[in-house]
Amino acid sequence: MSAPDAEGSVAKEKWNLIVDVDSCTNCNLCVLACHDEHVGNDFPGYAAEMPKHGHRWIEIMRKERGQAPMIDVAYLPVMCQHCDEAPCIAAAENDAVTKREDGIVIIDPVKAKGQKQLVEACPYGAIWWNDDSQIPQAWIFDAHLLDNGWTEPRAAQVCATAALRAVKVEDTEMARIVREEGLEELKPELKTKPRVWYKNLGRYKRCFIGGSLASERDGAVDCVEGARVTLHKDADQLAETTSDAYGDFKFDGIEPDSGGYVVRIADAGEGARDVEVSVSESVYLGEIRLA
Amino acid sequence: MRFSILLFGLGLLLRYCSWRYPAFKKRLAEKDFTAQIRTKDGSAGRSYTFAGGKVRSRRRIVANPDVTLTFKTAAIGARLLMPPIDPLEQINAQKDFLIALDGPDELTSWFTQTVMMTQSAGWTFGTDLGNGTMRYTNMTNGGPVFLHVKDGKIVRLTPITFDATDPGPWTIEARGKRFTPPRKTSLAPHGMNWKSMVYSPDRLLYPMKRVDFDPNGERNPQNRGISGYERISWDEALDLVADEIKRAKRVHGPGAIANSHGSHHTWGNIGYYLSANFRFINAVGMTRVHHNPDSWEGWYWGAAHHWGQSLRVGQCETYGGVADLLKEAEMVVFWSSNPEAVSGAYGALEGTIRRKWLKELDVEIVHIDPYFNDTAQFLGGKWIAPKPTTDPALAMAIAHVWITEGLYDKDFVENRTIGFDKWKAYILGEDDDGVVKTPEWGEAETGVPAKDIRALARQWGRKKTYLGAGGWGNGHGGACRNATGIQWARALVCLIAMQGIGRPGVNMGNLQWGTPVDTNFYFPGYAEGGMSGDLHHTAMSVELYQRMPQLPSMNTVEQSIPRLQLPEAILNGKAEGYVWDGKSIEAQFTKFSYPRPGYSPVKMLYKYGGSIFGTMSNTNRHVEMYRSDKLEFVVNQSIWMEGEAKFADVILPACTNFERPDISEWAALGGYAYHGQTQLNHRVIIFQHKAIEPLGESRSDFEIFNGICKRLGLSAYFSEGMTELDWVKRQFEASDLPSVVKWKDFIRRGYVVLPAEKEELRDPVSWNWFYEGRKKDVPEPMPLPSDYTETYLEGLQTQSSKIEFECESLKRFDAHDPERPPIVKYKPAMEGPSDAARFAEYPLRMMTPHPRFSFHTQGDGKDSFLNDIKDHRVLVDGHYYWIIRINAEDAAERKIGMHDLVKVHNERGAVVCAALVTQRLPRGVVHGFESCATYDPLGEPGKSVDRGGTLNLLTPEKSQLKKGHSMGSSTALVEIEPWDGKAEHRVAAKRSVKPAKTPAKPAAKSKSKAAVPAK
Repeated sequence: MSAPDAEGSVAKEKWNLIVDVDSCTNCNLCVLACHDEHVGNDFPGYAAEMPKHGHRWIEIMRKERGQAPMIDVAYLPVMCQHCDEAPCIAAAENDAVTKREDGIVIIDPVKAKGQKQLVEACPYGAIWWNDDSQIPQAWIFDAHLLDNGWTEPRAAQVCATAALRAVKVEDTEMARIVREEGLEELKPELKTKPRVWYKNLGRYKRCFIGGSLASERDGAVDCVEGARVTLHKDADQLAETTSDAYGDFKFDGIEPDSGGYVVRIADAGEGARDVEVSVSESVYLGEIRLA
Repeated sequence: MRFSILLFGLGLLLRYCSWRYPAFKKRLAEKDFTAQIRTKDGSAGRSYTFAGGKVRSRRRIVANPDVTLTFKTAAIGARLLMPPIDPLEQINAQKDFLIALDGPDELTSWFTQTVMMTQSAGWTFGTDLGNGTMRYTNMTNGGPVFLHVKDGKIVRLTPITFDATDPGPWTIEARGKRFTPPRKTSLAPHGMNWKSMVYSPDRLLYPMKRVDFDPNGERNPQNRGISGYERISWDEALDLVADEIKRAKRVHGPGAIANSHGSHHTWGNIGYYLSANFRFINAVGMTRVHHNPDSWEGWYWGAAHHWGQSLRVGQCETYGGVADLLKEAEMVVFWSSNPEAVSGAYGALEGTIRRKWLKELDVEIVHIDPYFNDTAQFLGGKWIAPKPTTDPALAMAIAHVWITEGLYDKDFVENRTIGFDKWKAYILGEDDDGVVKTPEWGEAETGVPAKDIRALARQWGRKKTYLGAGGWGNGHGGACRNATGIQWARALVCLIAMQGIGRPGVNMGNLQWGTPVDTNFYFPGYAEGGMSGDLHHTAMSVELYQRMPQLPSMNTVEQSIPRLQLPEAILNGKAEGYVWDGKSIEAQFTKFSYPRPGYSPVKMLYKYGGSIFGTMSNTNRHVEMYRSDKLEFVVNQSIWMEGEAKFADVILPACTNFERPDISEWAALGGYAYHGQTQLNHRVIIFQHKAIEPLGESRSDFEIFNGICKRLGLSAYFSEGMTELDWVKRQFEASDLPSVVKWKDFIRRGYVVLPAEKEELRDPVSWNWFYEGRKKDVPEPMPLPSDYTETYLEGLQTQSSKIEFECESLKRFDAHDPERPPIVKYKPAMEGPSDAARFAEYPLRMMTPHPRFSFHTQGDGKDSFLNDIKDHRVLVDGHYYWIIRINAEDAAERKIGMHDLVKVHNERGAVVCAALVTQRLPRGVVHGFESCATYDPLGEPGKSVDRGGTLNLLTPEKSQLKKGHSMGSSTALVEIEPWDGKAEHRVAAKRSVKPAKTPAKPAAKSKSKAAVPAK
């Protein structure tokens, strides 16, 4: 339902995909649904057949953070971002790539033939070269199904955890959702105005510093629960937490390659400690014996 | 008079159907012959002549009909021919010899099925979506699906979406919130993979015979696995197989044929191995390959002695757990429990949806697994990584903390259990053992720091904790299948008993089982036997037999081979095992031997279904078995050319469930897994449409069996004169479905969703009755009445009626068995550091759990979409290699990088894999799935490096206990190094297969040279 407006295109409802990194389990259902839809099927005007192997129009990246036993693993679905300022549109010849009114970007399977430069043009690596048909291909947001009455693309339909959600709203509404849910662009430095938004992206992009506090008493080593632990950089205290029943503490959301930090442990019974940490990737400090 | 009218009407009906339905007209053109229906005294009758595609019927008895259907009297004939056909009346009439059917099977079968087809010829299936596209429904092992079919081809396969007329899901109110699952179905990865499996280039498309196999000349068994195949016709193939069946029995006697089937099947109650295959086995008479309780092992051989529940194979009841956990639990311990990978049993991702709710709740989560598994990745929480097979020691150290710090339910232990003092003495080192099971002791055994063991025990003892053991939560898979699986399952029962199982918030479960669906609406599970007629080896006698009367089938061959020793039985001529029978706790104490006195040894193998090279242990033994002359004939009936198929003499191509009709319910197992539907957010029952024609010349298993039976005079007995589709309708009528949907609507729409149960009608929480000392009040028909010690429904199946820390059943059987003493004790696994010499050579402990992306072998290989999932297989130099996960430091030490090709090996074999370097494992532990479908030896089969990925070549085949028949194989000692590209595996000096009685010795070691990497 679009509101009448002087600038008609801004008021129109457009498709966006919201990816919640915290909810992705790497089940690969979205990837498999994409294969099922496009391998062996030709959708004229939308997408030619996808090759059976070698293409992953929806790709899932993996990030392991930390070291055993304090680790976490994040999965990041990546696909065509359907950018409003798409580099592929700029790099295309012959109007081979167009952006629809509903926001979806389509690489015309006929006009784009031979245009291998589009693969490199995409800074998200979302365009794949089909050697047999000599065309560049990407995830089309299932535009052909949406145009035929489907209310969401297949990737969102099969996702059991709602890690993938498709919403069709006006851009102002989307901006509100972005603020409210703390969504981010995958690579904001590229300024391509993608229509794919990421939630909890820090699990993939940012680092943690963690450790396990322990202390020896009467010949037995035990976890130290309830110790106050603070994170400092230069003169600033950035965060504060308390160690849990296993003595574990964790500071998250730290930028990679951000240099030196100090972890300060204050526990009245067991003694205080400062630990210096240098962050390139996530750091598990291991067991910190307080006494 | 009525009889004559009905006969006349049949003639008209045949002509009408031919006129109206093109498919029926085509059918009539298949045969030219005359059939006659008459009374025994000849006073009434009619003949039907099929010729040139037409049928002509005349009111008279002819001299030499090809087929005769005789009714004792006209009245009987009228009763039996009058629609609606009553199957029970038909069966009774056959049993009482009121009907007789004479003529060659090829014609009698065709005739009776054609008569039945007059009823089904007009049925219309599926929903027209317009644009030439039909929508059909079907069921996979990973959930229910819609198929869109156009021009005879599957365009797409999607989860089933509900419409406005379908009932909604249940809601659970807990902690001030309302938990309602989304109104949709889910699929597991292998469910979504099916289009690529249907159209896989590895499909078997026509019958084949090994080129150098001549049933009348040289059989060349030594070339199995090496020879090529030539195409033959179905008639040739079925003639050959039927002749070999006759020959085996004629030359050798009963028992000469063995049937080996898998533990699962493509979905559908009529096509399931427990259904058509069992009736076939029984009709022919075959030695059974007796299964071990593969996914239950430790629960069956161990836990059952503590708490009974033998009819759940030693796992416990599962009602109401989802609501109770959401409302009451403060902590969940996932112990060797990775439901995100295994989906429970056929539960797709239903449980995933519910486990996500844990993220919203203030519930502490712990994962105990050597591998930081998929469930740990999803939920987060505390990860505790004991070395593989050391879990029982961890459990005992936890018990030590509870005992010494008083952190257990003393009242429950006092009133609802017996024998605690005995086990307590063992834990405290106060018995002969003398070893105190402190957390420090635990650390030395498991590698888990003592401080963490203490912290875990204290958290657990202070909080209301759900114990999710195995994939299902009440057991299943995981650690129960390694060498200490029995100890582990037993120890976990002791732990949950110490915490008072059945009080609110304290129970077994991981949100996989126990949703509040309607458990009273009857739809049979596959374990209930479909059309098998088998009252002994299926759960048919529970309910289905009365609802779906059929001819009983009974295998007169009582000989069995324990599955884990199939190669030994064939090669050495003898084997011993113990029985898998859930009837009682004591049933497992029964030993059986092969050969059974008076029976022939097995000479012919009928291998049915997927390759077990990837699921059994030390499977080079199976390769050796196939290549010996002890097996005179091998037939393989399966869908794809998997690793095991290429060892057959004749291959019969079966089609997938998408190419034949069937009927089923999602996650409905029945039998030992009663009410599997409580894994779901909605109960969904499916008519499985035949969506496309069978590919190539492949046929449904039912058709193949019927084809062989025709040549044995058994077609009427096997099929009861009906088509597969007729059987499907019988199953529909046997269920409660007719009360909610008409057949015509069901087969058009294809699915029914059952309404959720309102709050007041939901099942109570399991074990709560026991905790409070009340009568059992959950809807499972077990244990059997005679297994109650005192009053029916009061207490457990055990002799004391309570949970037994010291098991009376084990005291009766063998109080001094060091492998399974009456109280559970820790005995380190042989396949571990206690075997110092072997451990020095093979220092990596390899876990081989159930795979995540394929369903056992189903979906793996075959050029399917799963190949492109980098956590399943990785493409290197044009070949898709199986993944082996290795700790980053172990990899660095061996100069192994991400996706490098590595040789994983021990004295049993060698497998080439692609390395996945990870932090998700501690040092010394590696992880690779079992269930590889491909076996691709680079040199001589059984003696060279396998490139397919069959890690089960490396696993130990030794039973967890001598007085049992149990896999203990999910952990093996291996070494890994970069692959040098060579095909040779350093073969053990003695390649002959030892009888299982002798404890496994590392025999080859003394003659081996250490395989030192070239660099």
